[in-house]
This record gives sequence, C-alpha cells and structure tokens, in this order.
Amino acid sequence: MSSRESILAAIKGLKLEEKPLPDIPDFEIADDLLAAFTNSLNANKGTVATKEEVEKLIEETTFLKIYSASPAFEQYSNCQIPKHPADFADLDLAIIEGQFASAENAAIWLDESNLDLRALPFITAHLVIVIKKENILGNMHQAYTRIGLTNSGFGIFIAGPSKTADIEQSLVVGAHGAMSLRVVIL
Amino acid sequence: MKNNVPHIGLFIPCYIDQFYPNVAIATLELLEKLGCKVTYPLGQTCCGQPMANSGFEADTEGTTSKFIRDFAAFDYIVAPSGSCVLHVKDHSPKINNLQKNQEHVQSNIYELSEFITDVLKVDSIKGSFPHKIGFHASCHGLRGLRLASDSERNEPKFNKTLQLMRDLEGMEVVELTRKDECCGFGGTFAVSEEAISVQMGKDRLADHMDKGVEIIVGGDMSCIMHMKGIAAREQAPIQLMHFAEILNQAIS
Amino acid sequence: MSHPENATVFLKDKARAKWHDETLWIVREKRDATIHQIPEWEKLRELASQIKDHTLSKLDFYLEELEKNASANGIKVHWAENAEEHNQIVASILKEKNCKAIVKSKSILTEECHLNPYLEERGIEVVDTDLGERIIQFLKQPPSHIVMPAIHLKKSDISDIFHEKLHTEKGNVDPVYLTHAARLHLREKFLQAKVAITGVNFAVAETGEFVVCTNEGNADMGVHLADTHIACMGIEKLIPRRKDLGVFLRLLARSATGQSITNYNSHFRSPSPGKELHLILVNNGRTKQLGREKFRNSLKCIRCGACMNTCPIYRRSGGFSYGSTVPGPIGSILSPGIDLKKYSTLPFASTLCGSCSDVCPVKINIHEQLYEWRQEITKAQGSSLKGLSMKLANGIFKSPLAYRLSGKMMRASLKSLPDSIIYNPLNAWGKGRNLPDLPEESFKAWYKKNRS
Repeated sequence: MSSRESILAAIKGLKLEEKPLPDIPDFEIADDLLAAFTNSLNANKGTVATKEEVEKLIEETTFLKIYSASPAFEQYSNCQIPKHPADFADLDLAIIEGQFASAENAAIWLDESNLDLRALPFITAHLVIVIKKENILGNMHQAYTRIGLTNSGFGIFIAGPSKTADIEQSLVVGAHGAMSLRVVIL
Repeated sequence: MKNNVPHIGLFIPCYIDQFYPNVAIATLELLEKLGCKVTYPLGQTCCGQPMANSGFEADTEGTTSKFIRDFAAFDYIVAPSGSCVLHVKDHSPKINNLQKNQEHVQSNIYELSEFITDVLKVDSIKGSFPHKIGFHASCHGLRGLRLASDSERNEPKFNKTLQLMRDLEGMEVVELTRKDECCGFGGTFAVSEEAISVQMGKDRLADHMDKGVEIIVGGDMSCIMHMKGIAAREQAPIQLMHFAEILNQAIS
Repeated sequence: MSHPENATVFLKDKARAKWHDETLWIVREKRDATIHQIPEWEKLRELASQIKDHTLSKLDFYLEELEKNASANGIKVHWAENAEEHNQIVASILKEKNCKAIVKSKSILTEECHLNPYLEERGIEVVDTDLGERIIQFLKQPPSHIVMPAIHLKKSDISDIFHEKLHTEKGNVDPVYLTHAARLHLREKFLQAKVAITGVNFAVAETGEFVVCTNEGNADMGVHLADTHIACMGIEKLIPRRKDLGVFLRLLARSATGQSITNYNSHFRSPSPGKELHLILVNNGRTKQLGREKFRNSLKCIRCGACMNTCPIYRRSGGFSYGSTVPGPIGSILSPGIDLKKYSTLPFASTLCGSCSDVCPVKINIHEQLYEWRQEITKAQGSSLKGLSMKLANGIFKSPLAYRLSGKMMRASLKSLPDSIIYNPLNAWGKGRNLPDLPEESFKAWYKKNRS
C-alpha cells in the first residue's frame, strides 16, 4: 500500500462524525479606512507617501536601477525584467501596483497580473506600491471576498518591509527583502 | 423558622479545615449573616483533587462517591475555594449508580463569591476596610469557573469577588503588572516542579510589593498558603488574606 | 533529563531566567494590546476552531481535494507516512536536480522530521534562512520556540557567533549591524540556491494553493530565486476554503507576536513557467492523534506560539527544558502522543492554570488535555506506580504538608517535630517555603463546639 493509500485509509477507518463548517459573517470595519490603513502600515514599519514625495526621493537619491510597473511612475523605469531573477539583485527601487488593501492590517494584495517577476518585491532594495484610495477595504474578509476564486499562480499580501526581531526582540527593518515600503495612495 | 430558605451544605476543603479554620468560620458566619441556613456535614473529607491532578482520577471514585453522598441532600453546596469547586464540577469521575445525585451536586456547587453574587443576588457588601490591597486571581476560579474576566480573552471586564468588595470604605485595589498570572502552586506541581513553583510565587509577591500592596486578597487558600510560605521564608512585609475574612469583618 | 531537572538548571542563572521570562511576557502583552483592537476576537477564535474541527472531521476528503486541485495547477504532490519517508522524498528530488545546497525557511515540520541532519549526512549543505534559525544553526542548537527560535539567546551570544562565522566586529552587539551582516551573508546563499524548501502555514483544499507567512521575506527570497520549491506540510495544515484564510490570517500574527499580520503572506498556486513546485503531505503520527478522541483537537494548532509566550512555566524554564521539537503547552500535549515514556514529565510541567487555552486562537483546550495526558500516563505506568507517578505520589504524600493534611493525629505529632526535619533540603515544600502555622483546632472541631 502506498503512503497515500495508507494515510487516507487510516483516516477513513476512524469514521469520524462530520462537524459543521461555519459561515463567516460580516464584521464591523473602521469608519475612516484611509486613517486605519495608515495606522496599520506605520505599525508594520511601512509609510504612506505622496506621488510627489516618491518623485522627490527618486530625484534626491542615487538610485541607479529602477523598475516601475506603475504607469504613474513609468518615466523613472530604466531597466527591463531580466531572464533570471538573480539579475535583479542590484535593483534599487521597484514600483508596482497593488490591487486593493485591508485597512485593519495594511495588507496589500498583488498577484501575477501585478508582478512581472515573482521575486520583484523581495529582491529590490526599496519598494513602492501604488494603490487607489477606493480600493482600501475594511478587513481581511472583505479582501478575500474581493479575491474570490481568481486564478493566479502566485498571490501575496504585502503589509510592510522585510523585518525581523530575532535578535533580542529588537525590531530591525531590512532582513532579507525590501528595506523600505512606501505606499502611494492615488 | 425559615422553612423556605434554601439549605446550604458548607464544603470546607481539607487544608482549610486543618490550617485555616478562621477562613472556614468567616465563610460560615458570612453566609449566616446574609440570611442563609448553613450546615457543615461533619463527615466530609477531601474532594480528590490532588490525586486527580496527579493523574489518578480513576482512583478517586471512593472520595467522589463520598462527596456526593455527603452533599446531595443540600439545595446548594458552597465552598471558599474556586479550585475545589471546579474539581467537583468538571474533574470528578462519573459515578454510575449516583448519576442523578452527582448531576445535582455538580450543577449546584458554587464558589463563595459567585454564590453571593449570582444566587443570593447581593450586589456588593457595605463596610470598611481601609487598606491597600492587591487581588490574587486564582486560576481555577478565574479560567475554570469564570469568576472574573481574564487578561487573555477580549471580553467585558468583571470580577465577582471584587464586585462584592468594591463599596468597602477606604479600600484601594492596585493595578498589577501581570494581573492574573499563576502563583505557581498548582497542587502537586508545588513539589514536583519545586524550583519553578517557588520562582513563580516570588514573582507574584514582587508584583504586589512593587505596587505598595499591604494585603494580598484571594479566594483560594491553596495559592495563599503557597505565597504565604514564600513571604514568611523571605521575610517579606506583606500579608495575605481570604476575601471571606474581610467581608465577614466588614459586615459585622 | 526530566522537565523539573532541566527547569532547575535553567533557573540557576537568575538574571538570565528573569530576562527570558520578561522578554516573552512583553510578547504576550503585545498580543493582548492588539487583540483588544478587534471586537470580534472571540468570535474569530470560535470560527477558526469550528473550521478546523470540521476539516479534521473530513480530513481524508479535503486531502484528496487538495491533491486533485494542486495537481491540476501543476504542483507535484507527494505523500509521506513518516519522517523518514519525508526526508527520502526531499533527498530524491535534490538528487534528481543534482543539488548540493539548499536554502530553507522556517518549518517546524522539517525540525520534527530532522531533515537537516538527514541531508547533511548525504553531503548537502542546508542553510536556514530565517535569521533566528540561522543563528541557532551556527550554534548547532534546535529552536527553543516555534516562532522565535533564538529567543533564548542574548545579543552578546549572537555577536560572538557572528564574529566567528561571519567575521563581524568583535563585541559589536547592535542588532541592526548584526542583522545586516546576516542579510549580506544570506543574500549570497539565496542567489546561488537552486532548490528552496519552505514549510506551509495553510493549504486550501478548494484551490489547491498553500500559504506561507514570514516577516523577513526569506521564504519568498528562497523560492522565487530557485528553480525548484519544495513545500513540506503536516496533513493537519488544511483548511477547506480560500475565504477561511481571512479568519486565520487575522488570528495568526496577532496571536504570535501582536502584529496585525506578517508582512509577507504568499499564496502559491502553481509554479512559475519553467520551474517546479513540490508539496509533501506528511503524516508522522497525525492520524494516530486524530484517532485519540480526547487529544484530536490538538491537531487544530496553527503554530502561533502564543501558548508558549503566556505559559509561566515555559517562560521560566526555556524551550530546551521540554526536550521535544515543539516545546511549551502545545508541545506537552503533542509529544506524549509520539512517545509517552520519553515525554512523560511534560504534562506535569503545568499548574493547569489554563492561560494557554484562553490565548489559543483556535481554542484548543490545552490545559484540559494536559490533565487527560496525566491520566493516560499513570494508566500506562500501571498499578505498580513505577517511575514518575511513584515519585509524584511520594512527593505529595510524604511531604509534611500532606502529612499534616492526613489528620488531627498527624497534626499533633508534627508539632513536636523539630524544624530541621521539616525544612530538610530534600523536602520539596520546605526548600523555599515555610509551612503554615498550626491553628489551635481544626474547623471541624470548632464547628462541633459552636454549632452542633
């Protein structure tokens, strides 16, 4: 008997009585979604930035390699998606569009339609995500309702920059992935 | 005589009987002052908790049967200990030939403060107790009997014991850093995990002492015995009392 | 060694033990602060518990659904009856890829299966990429906590090992400096790796996808740079519907660290074009636990670690004191199911205070299962009361405390015992505590005089 068969047979053999699967009700959400989103993002060590602030950042910082998948920042993009993701190891800034966000925790949903390369938001040194104000939802239940059963090979909620507290619980931003996250809300 | 007054069987845990008779007396007098008809069945022994918590629940059928026989005739059973009440309610083995009586006992046994608030419907007790106290929430009463809201759950705040004491004049209740951490008694744990048990007790005492508490007030003498034992050994300037003693003093 | 012995050793270093307790207590406080911002918190716990109970009651059905949907998405699904088979599957994939070095993100399952030593014996370099995991890997230690694997270490310990392994400045204990040194070191590993291994937080039967949550982004750095991704999961990690993730992702990070969510929550549904994605479904005793009615719902666990942070015993004895892959309260109800004898002291390493059950985001009645395991352990040890139960029984009944409890006669005789006997260092109660003062008479005696 294969392990597949033996595992399934062991479970079937228990003849467990089926327990009910609950419905997930609606819960109250924040009145001011933008304010709630901003608070949540700050707690995750990300920041909300205006388009102008990001433009200023780009102009004042020596970013050599910038990739933008956002039409709002198209003019700053100076490279193409490489064949191998490792070739983006020197990417300074990636600007991508997020589909929607959940205000309770600042989790922003992106899938392969937003990510020309799955490694992009991790391998870049700094990350900017652009979302529309009307796409800030209340909570994760609303976010999953919005996702529905969309089929994408990869999807992710990004809620902040790469961070760790593994050394004596001291919070350090920039563990392996992006060292900063700025969210531009249009 | 008060014929229609419910008859209460007073359940005094064995260690209270032996070491803290004043707590038992206070409990009895308090209930009497509140108009209750109370009888202490003289044959009662231990509820079996120490054995059951050590993994010998199956061997406590004898003590459990005895407990049921001693108390089944009463309308209510009241004890000044959340821990022992919880044991009788949830952890005593099912006694097949006493099923009905056991169900009666298990659904009518109360910890003292929950009996006063929930059954006697007394909102609070008037009197005076001009001291700075810290409240020790014993775990079995707290998370087993839900005598108060705990710090783990997101629920409306309440505390049946402190509710009864809230109108005592001059009493100040301090806010602890760890409002309901276990004191480390844990029955057999106190001896089988001696090092942690004592450390937990020391930490609990320190939290109260840091806030300038004069008297630690609790509802389970087992926890208090443990902390008292440490306080005495460390010569810590702090007293420990059961709330029954305070309420009984206040009401007279 | 037994838990009490290990705990005694841990507590010898007073300052460090206090620091360990306080550090974890802060995590517990952060958790409290965040859950009080969610009015529906208790409702979410109940939903999560019901969803998991339902899933476990139809686990065979959902496993087959998962397999069907994942396979349709191009994921290669493997089944492993035990740790050995799991490790063999991983090794055979690595062999096929001719791969000699892998990067791995945090996975308690691979710890449980002892994958690292298995692969290392076969000449494969395993690099744990979670910062905490990398630190303990350098020190050749197991994790002491399932979410914060290096929580037992001070920054000076980490500075020392980084100085040795990564040539950081001697004595530089700045967490930012040390973290960035690890970033540079691990980036090299990520860029070279051909195969990446991750654990699984949740697998969704309905879509055939699985979700991995990290704050560091190490799982994603690993898998998106590698050509092959191997994900390993225990068969209990399933949930039925995608929308159930809404419930679990709201609970997981808040319970674990007090964050509202982890910063990266990746949903893997199919491999990138030209790449491979493997999913290994591991039993390793889980179907046995499923068959134990009283302990079944321990399989609801989502590995948040909240029960460890809140446990007054864990905080004061450290993860290693349990001697099991999963320490703390949840470990103490999972481990006896794996080896009752070896882990027989763990269910007794608790005061049954119940804090673990009340912080548990999926409402596992942990402390009640600890109580039930105690009953099982004494039964297994038989009526001769050998081993632990004997010791315990002795501990209780031979202590002067219990001695006094046994009645009036004893009370009388104890009065005449000198303190040196009562406070004998071999006596567990008297070592750090005084005994209660003896009253003039028992309540029973008083009652007889005054009421009857």
